[in-house]
Amino acid sequence: MDDVIIGLEIHVQLNRLHSKMFCGCSTAYHDSLPNSHTCPVCLGLPGSLPVINKKAVEYGIKVGLALNCKIEEETLFYRKNYYYPDLPKGFQISQYDYPLATKGHIMILGDNGAERNIRINRAHMEEDPGRLVHAGTIDKAKYTMVDYNRCGMPLLEVVTEPDLCSPKEARVFLDKLKSILDYLDVFDGTQEGSMRIDANISLKGGDRSEVKNITGFKGVEKALSYEITRQKNLQRRNIKVVQETRHFDELRNITVSIRSKVGAHDYRYFPECDLAVMRIAPWVPAIRAALPELPDVKRERFVKQYSLADDHAKSLTSEIKLANFYEAVAARASPKLAAVWIADVLKGELNYRDLSIESFQEEQMIEILQMLEKGKISEDGAVQIIRTLLDRIPIEIGGSPSKIAHELGLGKAEDDAVQKAVREAVAESAAAVADYKAGSERALNFVVGLVMKKTRGKADAGEVHRLVKAEVEKA
Amino acid sequence: MLSELKARLKAESCEEYLCGLFEKIEKSSLNAFTTLAKESALKEARRFDKNPGRGLLAGVPIAIKGSISTKGIETNCSSRILRGYIPPYDAHVIERLKSEGAIIMGKTNMDEFAMGTSTETSCFGPTKNPWDQTCVPGGSSGGSAAVVAGGEAPCSLGSDTGGSVRCPASFCGIVGLKPTYGLVSRYGLVAYANSLEQIGPLTHTVEDTALLMEAISGHDERDSTSAEGARHSYLPGLEDGVAGLKIGIPKEYFGEGVNKDVEKAVWEAIATLESIGASWQEISLPHTRYALAAYYVIAMSEASSNLARFDGLRYGERMGEDKDWHTTFSEIRAKGFGPEVKRRIMLGTYALSAGYYGRYYLKALQVRTLIKEDFLRAFKDVDLLASPTMPIPAFKIGERINDPLSLYMADVFTVPINLAGVPAISVPCGFAGRLPVGLQLIGPHFCEAAVLRTAQAFEAATPFHKAKPEVS
Repeated sequence: MDDVIIGLEIHVQLNRLHSKMFCGCSTAYHDSLPNSHTCPVCLGLPGSLPVINKKAVEYGIKVGLALNCKIEEETLFYRKNYYYPDLPKGFQISQYDYPLATKGHIMILGDNGAERNIRINRAHMEEDPGRLVHAGTIDKAKYTMVDYNRCGMPLLEVVTEPDLCSPKEARVFLDKLKSILDYLDVFDGTQEGSMRIDANISLKGGDRSEVKNITGFKGVEKALSYEITRQKNLQRRNIKVVQETRHFDELRNITVSIRSKVGAHDYRYFPECDLAVMRIAPWVPAIRAALPELPDVKRERFVKQYSLADDHAKSLTSEIKLANFYEAVAARASPKLAAVWIADVLKGELNYRDLSIESFQEEQMIEILQMLEKGKISEDGAVQIIRTLLDRIPIEIGGSPSKIAHELGLGKAEDDAVQKAVREAVAESAAAVADYKAGSERALNFVVGLVMKKTRGKADAGEVHRLVKAEVEKA
Repeated sequence: MLSELKARLKAESCEEYLCGLFEKIEKSSLNAFTTLAKESALKEARRFDKNPGRGLLAGVPIAIKGSISTKGIETNCSSRILRGYIPPYDAHVIERLKSEGAIIMGKTNMDEFAMGTSTETSCFGPTKNPWDQTCVPGGSSGGSAAVVAGGEAPCSLGSDTGGSVRCPASFCGIVGLKPTYGLVSRYGLVAYANSLEQIGPLTHTVEDTALLMEAISGHDERDSTSAEGARHSYLPGLEDGVAGLKIGIPKEYFGEGVNKDVEKAVWEAIATLESIGASWQEISLPHTRYALAAYYVIAMSEASSNLARFDGLRYGERMGEDKDWHTTFSEIRAKGFGPEVKRRIMLGTYALSAGYYGRYYLKALQVRTLIKEDFLRAFKDVDLLASPTMPIPAFKIGERINDPLSLYMADVFTVPINLAGVPAISVPCGFAGRLPVGLQLIGPHFCEAAVLRTAQAFEAATPFHKAKPEVS
């Protein structure tokens, strides 16, 4: 799909901050009554004035640096003027010229299987508007209600260059961005509406459409796929694609036109004189020095330090908590075994249950790996233990793997019991032993079967095979 | 004088004094107060009578311009769109006044959203000039000036975006100061043009202005443009006189367009200053002629954005049936704003529009820089500047209201000061017929002390501040 051109604008709520962008109101409004997290400033009451939350700017710079951006010497805020009921001042304080960060890039795995650089045009700060609420559906509601709790939440808008070539690449980019934000600890993606995306898309030679306000990465992929089909169909019928703004209808999985270029807004940007120009260059060295190890670097280190396969390293470094979990386990168990079990098994089981890595404990994983290494449980048994531990959440949290192994009778039979069964079985299988000695390798399977029967399947079949072979050759 | 009033209030009864004022206000024909906070004020007065306290302004009643947010007292900027808006918070200056023991009497009339030079654009109708009730009191803080001049309040606060404290002070024969931008917190001042305006006192004497400045100035972290540094005291050194002071007379502020009587009074004032020890020389502020144009472009642009929040949705008067958002907003704004406010919003919106921004707004900002540089250059040679505050004395009500351009022209000597951000005071310096004339003294940034000292010396050498109108 090399004829598809996609650029994204991603609005990220810096919701790890405790107070709003321009006032002291708390950002923890999600479980609160409407309009309870407000003050004269975020309500835009006459005479109120904004004050910059410096921590928010610091977070913005942090993200800018992680996206390999240039941080401007000075940054200033502008007013973006438009009328909407969720915007109590009639303008949004945003940035225009001199945004916080410009000209960055991040690497993603492209559709062609190679790593590709996606350029970041800019990252700038702004305040979130309030939220419109309707009783029932928007078209049937008799009136609209406004909740200003969200109003003034610190937002960072990240704008890419049109470097993405497919809906899938857009998804991969967003995953990568989310992973970086996660590492920087500036963003909690689990909160509703914490990331909203505008996607610009065009086919080579055609005009672009902008799909606004998509929540969710799956939504982005679906909206873009729909747009490609729509635009291709138009092209096929020789109808020009018009430049317009479209809305993604999540229920019907289609996009609908909301505004054509003709009615485009003139936002009349001009500097917000209530806020002073901020010289941010002096902040940068300290912020840069305090940046954590980011996903790409950590991934490389995992490959080198723990001799991991690259896809394991990539999977383990996708989230900072998972990476930390892995390292804690790898310190006390075989790093390679830990990688396999965490990346291939545990992560899948967690995803399946919509749980995060916090649902599982390092001690549990270490114990499981140790039991595996000592041959006390089989691989199947280990999987069963993991599933059982996760299924018991939230009734039981932090259960003991060995206790579960015992409860489920998953413990492999004791070695001497296996040995005994092997000796017995070999003694009872004279014909099979003779066949084996005559050259039939398969004859041993009978003996192994007998051993498994005697141990009621608790022995490890591979191990039994080895023991039987040794016993026969001894005889 | 407030110092005398303070002594009297302690010796006699604050409640009685205040009752006297309210009685006068209720009988008044000036139309200067729009909202009275009689009940809460009298309660405060009774509290003072029991326990006077030690604040700088303990027991002193004060009138507040309708654009300064007062908790629990309607703050409507003399606009229909804000009728009924009772703020849940006090402006920084109100907090300061209260903590110094002042008593808020009520809110004064003004040009709607401070847009005017005559207080005629108010939705409550014009305020009358106590010196001649057929004349305007000046604007936009006309109510705040008229209540002081008319004896309805001992002092008041106004706000000055392009002359809105100094103009009415001049027209009403009282003292009015526009402080350096950033000296007084704007937190709680309903914005007209936020990069230009400051809250300032209107009083009978320079000492009273110094006292009020002591109460209201100083850093406030809620206003990011508020200057850092400790609060200043303006009373010590106030009497130090003008010996050796060099005064610049900007030649662009005299001559064509200036009323002869005004010019005469101002030259006499300069002679007075000379006679008490100052020297003067002519200087030039060469970009003065571009000031009005730059001022109006900047002020209207900012206003178009500042006034966008008034949509009737959250506060203020909701007029008629609700329809869809944009229709409802439009109808409320069409009914709620007066013609002058609409004119400025439309011109400001135009000036900020794509394709015009560079031609108007940016150009105006460039002019602003040039004007500021004019002042900085002048202050290398002289300590202060002196000029007429207004080129004319108060004009007749209705005389200019249908000629906005002639109204705008009247701001010619006050707006450059706001563009430059420097402090300026207007003090009474004589009469043109029966109407007062104001002398404007302009100082370098944050040199309020020098401005006040000079104004004090002038006042001490002249009788004009003692003249009182006969208000029927």
